[in-house]
Amino acid sequence: MSEFLQFVFSGLTVGAVYALVALGFTIIYNASSVVNFAQGEFVMLGGMATVFIFDAGVPIWGAAALAILLTATIGILLNKLAIEPARGASVVNLIIITIGASIFLRGLAQIVFDKQIHRFPAFSGDTPFNIAGATLLPQSIWVLFGAAAVFIGLYAFFTRTLMGKAVLATANNRLAARLVGINTNFIMALSFALSAAVGATAGVLVTPITLTSYDIGVMLALKGFAAAMLGGMGNPFGALVGGLLIGLIEATTAGYLSSDYKDAAAFIVILLTLFVMPQGLFGQKSMERV
Amino acid sequence: MLSVNGLRTRYGRIEVLHGIDLEVHSGEIVTLVGANGAGKTTLLRCLSGIQPVTEGTIHFRGDNITTAPSYARVKQGLVQAPEGRQIFTNLSVEENLRLGAYQYRDARVDKDLQEAFALFPILREKRNLPAGGLSGGQQQMLAIARALMGRPMCLLLDEPSLGLAPILVDQILETVKSLKELDVTVFVVEQNAFAALSIADRGYVMETGQILMAAPANDLLADDRVREAYLGV
Repeated sequence: MSEFLQFVFSGLTVGAVYALVALGFTIIYNASSVVNFAQGEFVMLGGMATVFIFDAGVPIWGAAALAILLTATIGILLNKLAIEPARGASVVNLIIITIGASIFLRGLAQIVFDKQIHRFPAFSGDTPFNIAGATLLPQSIWVLFGAAAVFIGLYAFFTRTLMGKAVLATANNRLAARLVGINTNFIMALSFALSAAVGATAGVLVTPITLTSYDIGVMLALKGFAAAMLGGMGNPFGALVGGLLIGLIEATTAGYLSSDYKDAAAFIVILLTLFVMPQGLFGQKSMERV
Repeated sequence: MLSVNGLRTRYGRIEVLHGIDLEVHSGEIVTLVGANGAGKTTLLRCLSGIQPVTEGTIHFRGDNITTAPSYARVKQGLVQAPEGRQIFTNLSVEENLRLGAYQYRDARVDKDLQEAFALFPILREKRNLPAGGLSGGQQQMLAIARALMGRPMCLLLDEPSLGLAPILVDQILETVKSLKELDVTVFVVEQNAFAALSIADRGYVMETGQILMAAPANDLLADDRVREAYLGV
């Protein structure tokens, strides 16, 4: 029982990170129907930048805030320099551009930072709590609450604010969005900034547990993508549930089967989702009268 | 109110509008009729800042807006109601309408929403349903109502009768006519020349990217060439 609880704790922690990556996918997908495969690099940049700013002597909170801000700026630049010039290209082309951008950002991180593995101290120390025989790191609690806070913020943004609706409207029909007076370039920049900031937040929260290096983004993007697919692409609630589920599946696979199969779990979930219910758990079947 | 001078535009290397001149005065209903492919919708896209102008100018209420971004034109009161398929299908009817007033955050938005519902009661009935599920006529009403939420001084209407049953065409056109009482100037582009000319003050006839005729609507309705080419009599 304590063993199972341990798997749940570690599954939820890593699942919360996948959920944040999936939420990042959701934002850009909702604004443009593009799946941004550079999402994992945002997580990497958040962690790596925090490490280097912290090492330069800035307190951890300041370093984290600066790193998130920096990553958001890179998100805006990605949109401005890579996505906006390709306006009118098909969604598939745009997705390929984001894959190129992810390779570029990884290379850049190797040069600007380095190829070492890094971490910075956990926010509230490393003394684990002991719950029914299982241990839970204080940083895990930070990760879980961070993911919950980001989710609530985004959910409110998309369902309660006119600007959130404007993001959805821009994705649904860009021409109509411009005709009602929405500045669609601004909406795109906003969604890239927001998405990058969410990714960076994940990087900041999880680095004390999982450590970071220039190349962690690839796997995170794939796992986050699996989470978003499982939950239903475009639905913030689906992203949250999908992320936590993938984390739990991964942790139990690693625990009961073998950690060799840990990474395979997420990909089996992608395949099953595509075969059995392509719209995901909470995705809308699109309805349109023509 | 709206004045277009020598407007040209191209899709790639092919010029589609060859120097359009037209004028819409405050309080008028002006219509632009012409066959499918004449360039009517392209002209509207130029007026709304969706399609770039290669030559010529557009003035709105005295300002040169030829290169103004589309959201700035909406803010100035030049609002387009595109044909009915250009709605936000995944958002509810009410959300569509509220987005029509995207640039405004004041109490008038709720008042305008009630007025839009009064104008098109069916939209009130379906306010919480996704707009993608509306019928063609209802989508057309939604597109017009959404444009009215944007507080137009001059409303640009793209093919309001497209794909509608004759009884609905009459209803929509009656609504357009009634906008005059709300001090909204209307520029309506139509393939259905007879219907459009019957509610308009003045009309322009367009063919292959050029204005062929400009005259009071009644004169166009009586003109033999127009009757033959566009009215089917």
